[in-house]
Amino acid sequence: MAVLEQTPPAVVQPSTTKPISGFRKYWHLYAAISPFYLIFLAFGLFPVGFSLYLSFHRWDGLGSMEWAGLSQYQYLLSDSDFWNSIGNTIIIWALATFPMIFLAMVTAVMLNSAVRFKGLYRVAYFLPNVTSVVAIAIVFGSIFSTNNGVVNAVLHGFGIDQVAWLNTPWGIKVTIAALMTWQWTGYNAIIFLAGLQTIPSDLYEAARMDGAGPIQTFFRITLPLLRPTLLFVLVVSTVTGLQSFSEPQVLLQTSSNDSTFAGGPGHSGQTMVLYFFQQTFDNNDFGYGAAVAWGIFLVVVLFSIINWRLVQRRGD
Amino acid sequence: MTSIKGSRRRGIALHLPLILGTIISAFPFYWAVIMSTHSSTEIFSYPPKLLPGTHFLENVRHLFDAVDFFGSMWNSLLVAVSVTFLVLLFDSLAAFVFAKFEFPGKNVLFGLLMVIFMVPAQLSVIPQFVIMAKIGWIGSMTALIVPAAANAFGIFWMRQYMKSAIHDELLDASKLDGANFLRQYWHVALPVVRPGLAFLGIFTFMGQWNDFAWPLIALTNPDNVTLQVALSQLNGTHGTTDYGIVMTGALLALIPLLIVFAVGAKQIIGDLAKGAVRG
Repeated sequence: MAVLEQTPPAVVQPSTTKPISGFRKYWHLYAAISPFYLIFLAFGLFPVGFSLYLSFHRWDGLGSMEWAGLSQYQYLLSDSDFWNSIGNTIIIWALATFPMIFLAMVTAVMLNSAVRFKGLYRVAYFLPNVTSVVAIAIVFGSIFSTNNGVVNAVLHGFGIDQVAWLNTPWGIKVTIAALMTWQWTGYNAIIFLAGLQTIPSDLYEAARMDGAGPIQTFFRITLPLLRPTLLFVLVVSTVTGLQSFSEPQVLLQTSSNDSTFAGGPGHSGQTMVLYFFQQTFDNNDFGYGAAVAWGIFLVVVLFSIINWRLVQRRGD
Repeated sequence: MTSIKGSRRRGIALHLPLILGTIISAFPFYWAVIMSTHSSTEIFSYPPKLLPGTHFLENVRHLFDAVDFFGSMWNSLLVAVSVTFLVLLFDSLAAFVFAKFEFPGKNVLFGLLMVIFMVPAQLSVIPQFVIMAKIGWIGSMTALIVPAAANAFGIFWMRQYMKSAIHDELLDASKLDGANFLRQYWHVALPVVRPGLAFLGIFTFMGQWNDFAWPLIALTNPDNVTLQVALSQLNGTHGTTDYGIVMTGALLALIPLLIVFAVGAKQIIGDLAKGAVRG
């Protein structure tokens, strides 16, 4: 702040500067932040406005646009494929997120008490998160393959019949969820671990003095104090999980016969974003695609608010 | 386990699940190694192979015949390195301004930045595609680099970092020595926030290297794509028929990432956790 008092001596102005002289005084600051705002104007603000405009039109991307009023949105509400994709997305999200948060928290608590090799474990658990989704989805496709996948081989060892993971509605969802859980558990465990380390250890001392067991300590001290971290993890998982695209696209592109965005047999792995890509870039229906994008936005916002409320309330 | 001390038993009870977790984390990488070292007939035999085979070089040769592996790897490197450089420059400049200076409209502009942070990508995909097609960038790497050259997350994150890392006294002193804004940025701010830049750089590089949805749409020429798109093409055309080749590609595509991670693991894990707890 003191830095700014030192204006060049040439500018002799009273302290109540007018907008123009203000701009002259601060132009280098505006220039320094301008790249982001220019990029945002061209590839952010304008596109978002344009997509709203598009959603009230019919357009194949080539010919002229036709005014469609609210008909794209009316169709969206009655579009069973869109509702199917919402259902798929939420089921996959739930199948991935709840085990993931549970496992991540357990892992974090264990890491917080195990002193040896903590650094090594952290690296090992973080590794899945840095790998490309495309590469790892290909690997998971092979691990969950019906005839020669290792999952079915293990199940066979226990006397359980083959499961057609990538050909049945639930198999598809479980496989996608397993991939997400694998990729994000370690990441979230490290975030939980950081949250755990902010809890003062004298609280635990006091609890032990009062004769609290480990389970009681977890629910009475750890969990309440970890709530801000839990909220962060849940909101990030919701926003990213509801917009999943690469996992189902890569896993199911070969088993889908009508479109690479179809999400496998019976569209049972088609997430909302996959449906958006199918409508837009396979059907060249840019107007309807824009309406679908706004529909997805609304679902994500609503779902985030619901999750936020649930976690907040649990504390009261 | 007859007469071990309690603490030691507790140690084993803790380390067993942790080791199991490590095995699960590592298994898909191991599986990729197994697959990429076997021929397709070996892969389709029963029971599944659990030890590495001898056909790795053969699979690599088939891979290079099937796709332009080095061409697409070069594209991925070009995009990831350019974006990382631009993001580091633009984000740190903007973050420096927001962290250390006062000017009219600052709060409004910063508030706008936070809103932008929350707008999902699909909303801008179609218009972005249309704009790119109009200016002739569709099919070229420019379509990937320019929109990613500065981002709200990086500015927000760097601002938090700079607020505490750069001391006002340092800036004041440099001002007295006659340093202008750019000199302050270059000689005072940047040297202090080098660890933060490392985190943002690694994070950006990995994000760009792994990006898939937008490149899949924007790179319309199938012979000029990034590595992730090439991999998915390989998976699509060969499908279930040649896991050996596809898996070799997946494995080779992971190597640059693993190198970046090995160099920056400590940095990225530590800083990620810091940001989450603070935010």
